[in-house]
Amino acid sequence: MADVVLKSVQKSFGKAKVIHGVDLDIRDGEFVVFVGPSGCGKSTLLRLIAGLEDITAGDLFIGGERVNDLAPAKRGIAMVFQSYALYPHMNVYDNMAFGLELAKSSRQEIDRKVREAARLLQIEQLLDRKPRQLSGGQRQRVAIGRAIVRDPKVFLFDEPLSNLDAALRVQTRIEIAKLHTDTRATMIYVTHDQVEAMTLADRIVVLNAGRIEQVGTPLELYHRPANLFVAGFIGSPQMNLIECQVAGFGSSEVLVSLPGGGSLSVPVKPDGVQAGDAVTLGIRPDHVRIGPEGALTGRVELVEELGENHLLYVDAGQGRRLTIREPGDARHEAGSTVSLDLAREFCHLFRHTGEALRTQADATTPTSPNLTSSAV
Amino acid sequence: MTSAVAQEDAPVPVAARGRRSSLTRSRIRAAWAFIAPSLIILALIAGWPLARTIWFSFTDANLNNLSDYEFIGFENYLANYDGEWLGLLTDPDWWHSVWNTVWFTLVSVSIETVLGIVVALILNAAFPGRGLMRAIILIPWAIPTIVSAKMWNWMLHDQFGVINDMLLRLGLIAAPITWTANPDTALWTVVMVDVWKTTPFMALLILAALQMLPGDIYEAAKVDGVHPVRVFFRVTLPLIKPALLVAVIFRALDSLRVFDLIYVLTANSRDTMSMSVYARQQLVDFQEVGLGSAASTLIFLIIALLVVITLAAGRVRLGEDPR
Ligand SMILES: Nc1ncnc2c1ncn2[C@@H]1O[C@H](COP(=O)(O)OP(=O)(O)OP(=O)(O)O)[C@@H](O)[C@H]1O
Ligand SMILES: [Mg+2]
Repeated sequence: MADVVLKSVQKSFGKAKVIHGVDLDIRDGEFVVFVGPSGCGKSTLLRLIAGLEDITAGDLFIGGERVNDLAPAKRGIAMVFQSYALYPHMNVYDNMAFGLELAKSSRQEIDRKVREAARLLQIEQLLDRKPRQLSGGQRQRVAIGRAIVRDPKVFLFDEPLSNLDAALRVQTRIEIAKLHTDTRATMIYVTHDQVEAMTLADRIVVLNAGRIEQVGTPLELYHRPANLFVAGFIGSPQMNLIECQVAGFGSSEVLVSLPGGGSLSVPVKPDGVQAGDAVTLGIRPDHVRIGPEGALTGRVELVEELGENHLLYVDAGQGRRLTIREPGDARHEAGSTVSLDLAREFCHLFRHTGEALRTQADATTPTSPNLTSSAV
Repeated sequence: MTSAVAQEDAPVPVAARGRRSSLTRSRIRAAWAFIAPSLIILALIAGWPLARTIWFSFTDANLNNLSDYEFIGFENYLANYDGEWLGLLTDPDWWHSVWNTVWFTLVSVSIETVLGIVVALILNAAFPGRGLMRAIILIPWAIPTIVSAKMWNWMLHDQFGVINDMLLRLGLIAAPITWTANPDTALWTVVMVDVWKTTPFMALLILAALQMLPGDIYEAAKVDGVHPVRVFFRVTLPLIKPALLVAVIFRALDSLRVFDLIYVLTANSRDTMSMSVYARQQLVDFQEVGLGSAASTLIFLIIALLVVITLAAGRVRLGEDPR
């Protein structure tokens, strides 16, 4: 059993507070991905769990045991570093065996483990090479192999694929997913890459400035972002965000007036908003359609053809720019004027504080961060 | 995945090697133009005295009258008069000075290396005032040897020296020790002062190497639970070995020529006489320019031989990039 529980964990470097009380409950065998903008504290949080940094306040439990004061080696974790952190003067075999040699394992036992890991990662033919004789992808496998041989209860990955090229990233990503299915170990994974986060995670933790913004399955975050930050962060291209005003509301819908005169009824619970409140309407690029009589009009500024689909960047007045994604080749040229139809059932509304208004469907799923989950 | 390994350098086509482009030729000309002045100066200030010393070593020149001498071949080194062998190579004092020098080099460089590593590891750790400490520790190295040797001479003085005084007060010794005159302590005293002076230099060279080491591997070792002592011997030491070897070679070549320290501390005492002190004694005190030159030439040959050996060994070892 290796669940990882963080209870109001805080971290300060001198006077600078970097992690502001994080509560998180990671279940045994779960694959959790930390995402967030650069400098938000993802690596720091991971290093706190690893024991490479001291926890300033709060408690950390691994497998039910409080490990705040436990040395990294005693926590049953293994870490894969972004920079690989291989011992440059040792060959691949020794790199993997070095950490085992003192763990009272016999020679044969070490040898068996190293060869087993090498076989799993298909680096058997590289065991005699030095790290500098390996490609980036091979080095990363060795780094992962070094983690595997330790038989950890919890794997920690800090942006392990960020130094690899696109093709290798996909391949290694799949291998990591396979490793998770094979070992059923708990995995905590830091990344910048949305695709990695969406594909690997059982649950994603969105961090911002040292706080958790939302925790949930990839689709929960995509379809029901709890706030503006998550809405803007998850999904590429970014969700379109339009400032507007509440014009009225019913029991399960809010009528907003759009800039440019149109209005739209969004099916969310009003939950205390008043007419005249400033709100933000969010809609993903896929849910904006070019139709004969849309709620907004604008001028196409730029067209990006991607083959299977295309992106239109539309200026809807006052510098408000919307992104639209439509399948196939573009049928509009830059400079033409189009009318935009917003699919109301896909619209999100956010209060001026950033918090999302819930839809009818959400009502059954609580959105408080550490409880949100239907994973596993 | 195996195809990603670096390929060996492609051989240069023979034709391209044969003739150089005009750009390459003009670059080579420019390079010679820049190097020539320093080569000429080097020839004048190093080559000429060296050549003259070697020449004198084959003569019976005397300091009284340097213009009047005769070529005598190898007689300064080894000669046979009526069945009796004479010359430098038969002089027990010379061999004693060779032994002193080698012993001094081995012992002082070993101690300096170990202490230098310890000091460098301490200076490499993060603690407040580290920058100041790094500056302070350099002071012994910055003081000219003559000055520090003289200073130690006074501190070690058997009657007025502060060291004997302290040891007496602490009750560690019953009577003052004549540190530099007593054959049992003289060479050790020289080693001690040399260690005091040179350890900072070693420490700084090693510190520079330590600071080049990647920090992440230490975190990896920490996560793996490798004991710090083991990390030092299995990770740090192998990684700084190239820099360490350079530092040791530097110091060893320096120590083999040691003169000022020993001369100031113990003058011409036979117990501590190094090869250089021996040569100076022959040249100046005994005015035997021929014999002194022969000793100097031998010193030159011994050091040159060691340089060649270390460079040859170094090519194998230093050429290999550990990372
Ligand atoms: N050792 C340290 N001393 C002081 N401040 C630090 C230290 N390590 C990190 N920080 C600060 O903590 C904050 C979070 O850093 P962290 O490395 O966790 O960010 P990150 O989310 O991993 O960013 P990135 O995506 O760029 O890797 C940053 O503002 C950083 O400047
Ligand atoms: Mg980071």
